[in-house]
Amino acid sequence: MKKCVITVVGKDTVGIIAKVCTYLAESKINILDISQTIVSGYFNMMMIVDIANTTKSYDEILENLDKLGEGIGVSIKCQKEEIFDMMHRI
Amino acid sequence: MINIMEVTETNKMVEKENLDVRTITMGINLLECASPDLKSTCDNIYNKITTLAKDLVKTGEDIAREFGVPIVNKRISITPISLVGGACCKTSDDYVEIAKTLDKAAHTVGVNFIGGYSAVVSKGMTRSDELLIRSIPKALKETELICASVNVGSTKTGINMDAVKLMGEIVKETAHLTKDNDSIGCAKLVVLCNAPDDNPFMAGAFHGVTEDDAIINVGVSGPGVVKYALESVRGESFEVLCETIKKTAFKITRVGQLVAQEASKRLGVPFGIIDLSLAPTPAIGDSVADILEEIGLERAGAPGTTAALALLNDQVKKGGVMASSYVGGLSGAFIPVSEDQGMIDSVEAGCLTIEKLEAMTCVCSVGLDMIAIPGDTKATTISGIIADEAAIGMINQKTTAVRVIPVEGKGLGETVEFGGLLGYAPIMPVNQFDCSAFVNRKGRIPAPIHSFKN
Repeated sequence: MKKCVITVVGKDTVGIIAKVCTYLAESKINILDISQTIVSGYFNMMMIVDIANTTKSYDEILENLDKLGEGIGVSIKCQKEEIFDMMHRI
Repeated sequence: MINIMEVTETNKMVEKENLDVRTITMGINLLECASPDLKSTCDNIYNKITTLAKDLVKTGEDIAREFGVPIVNKRISITPISLVGGACCKTSDDYVEIAKTLDKAAHTVGVNFIGGYSAVVSKGMTRSDELLIRSIPKALKETELICASVNVGSTKTGINMDAVKLMGEIVKETAHLTKDNDSIGCAKLVVLCNAPDDNPFMAGAFHGVTEDDAIINVGVSGPGVVKYALESVRGESFEVLCETIKKTAFKITRVGQLVAQEASKRLGVPFGIIDLSLAPTPAIGDSVADILEEIGLERAGAPGTTAALALLNDQVKKGGVMASSYVGGLSGAFIPVSEDQGMIDSVEAGCLTIEKLEAMTCVCSVGLDMIAIPGDTKATTISGIIADEAAIGMINQKTTAVRVIPVEGKGLGETVEFGGLLGYAPIMPVNQFDCSAFVNRKGRIPAPIHSFKN
């Protein structure tokens, strides 16, 4: 398993989760956990995903998500999970 | 599993609070490159650096992209060149040839700086040490990415005052040779006492003889993160203040530890140390002076500054030590003037003087750093400043350093612009009384006694 954290931040609009999930499904990226909140009108989503079986390279995923985010008007980041584990877990 | 608050906190540190990994520095041993022939020594050096470090920059960029944390600099530190060039360099100009080779290798692999154009002369100077030291001004003039350093003293050996005297002259000469660029050569030249072998930060980085053949050292940063964290505990007790700094330092350092482990694994080079330093940049909000203000001072330099800095430095270490398996290098808060907007503001407001900075260096790393002084400052006065700092290091068993820039053609009231991470600085006044009779004595200051501490 290769876990990554995808964060989506931006103005709330219809279909953000649908579009991101569709892309992940097409790329054979499995979603392990999703949490989402709206803070003062801003959409905040975090997904933990497994990229072990993806057909795409890591750089390709970053680039695709970036472009997808631009289309919806949100910012999408994908980072390897270790950075958060290291910082918040002893 | 990680929750959304934790993810948001980490990303906020990077996006809004200037959290970054300041440098991945690969230490490379060049001792085996020595030969009696200058050209083959240069070839050996070039080949070893460009082979070992060929993927350093790309690896740094990959790690930054995959984890979403900026890695600002990729650098190389090397064995002090006075040791490598001893057999083949008959003149100072021979050493300059090695400097040019190093510069070329640094350009080839794409690193930001290469440090280790150095001599360790804490007790005495060999002929090759002296040739290298005398070649520094020309080497810094004719290269772009070289950093030079000279260790003039240590707690175990005392202070080599002949080297201190010489370094005053070398700093002046470097300023003169690079006068067309506001004497910027001096920004790449540092005089140290108790220099560590594994420092990843420039200009004082070199790969000491106690080290492995190659090693990865990482310097973390994040004064902005500490400053923002302290905003939430305004008015609270020292206990709360210290706990907050420790926790923040822990988190910052963990990022460094992760980056260091990854870089080490991918490059196939052992992990050396994490340097737990708070390194400011000229960017707004990335300042150690701002932390001191947040702790409760009107400006850095006000009474209480030394105490606040001592507290800060100690808590950063306490938090950081637990976050990393190996800690080393300089490990402390840096207080460079030109690289810290808050420090610059304090100097311009008349709150911060060289004398106060000197007091601050007693409790933090590293020393009088990136301070622009009038171009007509005498060489012996600079030597006096170096001797004072070295004495603080020698007696307190800590690293201290001097990186002052006597900007030729400029005086009080003027400003000097270095650009990039080096920032800009107002010229600071230097005590005008003479110390030449002291500096001109020959020999060394004996090693201090390690008991009767008062």
